[in-house]
Amino acid sequence: MTVKSLAEKLNLETVCCPCPEKEVSGVYIGDLLSWVMGRAKAGDAWLTIMSNVNIVAVAALADTAAVILTEGVTVDENITATALAKGVNIFTSRNPAYETAVDISKLI
Amino acid sequence: MGEPLVFTFNVDGGDFTSAGQASVAVKKNLSQIGFPPEVIRRVSIAMYEGEINMVIHADGGVATVKVDENCIEIVLADKGPGIADVEKAMQEGFSTAPDEVRGLGFGAGMGLPNMKRYTDEMSIDSTVGVGTTITMKVNY
Ligand SMILES: Nc1ncnc2c1ncn2[C@@H]1O[C@H](COP(=O)(O)OP(=O)(O)OP(=O)(O)O)[C@@H](O)[C@H]1O
Ligand SMILES: [Mg+2]
Repeated sequence: MTVKSLAEKLNLETVCCPCPEKEVSGVYIGDLLSWVMGRAKAGDAWLTIMSNVNIVAVAALADTAAVILTEGVTVDENITATALAKGVNIFTSRNPAYETAVDISKLI
Repeated sequence: MGEPLVFTFNVDGGDFTSAGQASVAVKKNLSQIGFPPEVIRRVSIAMYEGEINMVIHADGGVATVKVDENCIEIVLADKGPGIADVEKAMQEGFSTAPDEVRGLGFGAGMGLPNMKRYTDEMSIDSTVGVGTTITMKVNY
């Protein structure tokens, strides 16, 4: 399923979505950046509460399909421009990571 | 391929807002050359971990990426404090990262293990008080 339709189905709020056609093929949940770098797979939706600008480079380099900030966490101001430039999709969800992952698993 | 392609970057120390920029630039270059996504991903992740380590632990350094006929070589050289016990530093979970960078999501002690895992060769040359040079190779 594409990032765009996943976001619509889950009612995610869009922070930025420069690459809406990316395919979501799995989920990785984690906040420590090196764990994400080492264990997330290309195409995963990355669920996290970490919202500082460093998540953009991690998401770009690990080829995740999208970052979903859970628990209603909002992004730091300066992120959006960086994310757009690096082609990183970012959304926010009011739900906790578990519920969000379960919902994604029903769709992909 | 004739002459190997070489990219060189100065990595600033202590700058967390732009940290990872050299790795992002290398990823872009390798994509333009047409490398397979999985090769690019391995190089990107290994280089990012090394780049961030220079920012956090060594007050910056120089990153050089050489694209050879059969392999991509990444060299990260710094004049930081050096690593006293390399074997210990390579263990998953070992970290001396200060609290303020842990709050940003660093400090899991997984960076060096990731570099090892994602590359075909890795060597660490470090002298306390002099600096650290890490060389990694990804074959393709
Ligand atoms: N370039 C370097 N100069 C000096 N010390 C280093 C350098 N790179 C790594 N180290 C030492 O090795 C330890 C382990 O590094 P590693 O990258 O595995 O973990 P980390 O950077 O602490 O956390 P993480 O990478 O998970 O965010 C560091 O905490 C630090 O003590
Ligand atoms: Mg590290």
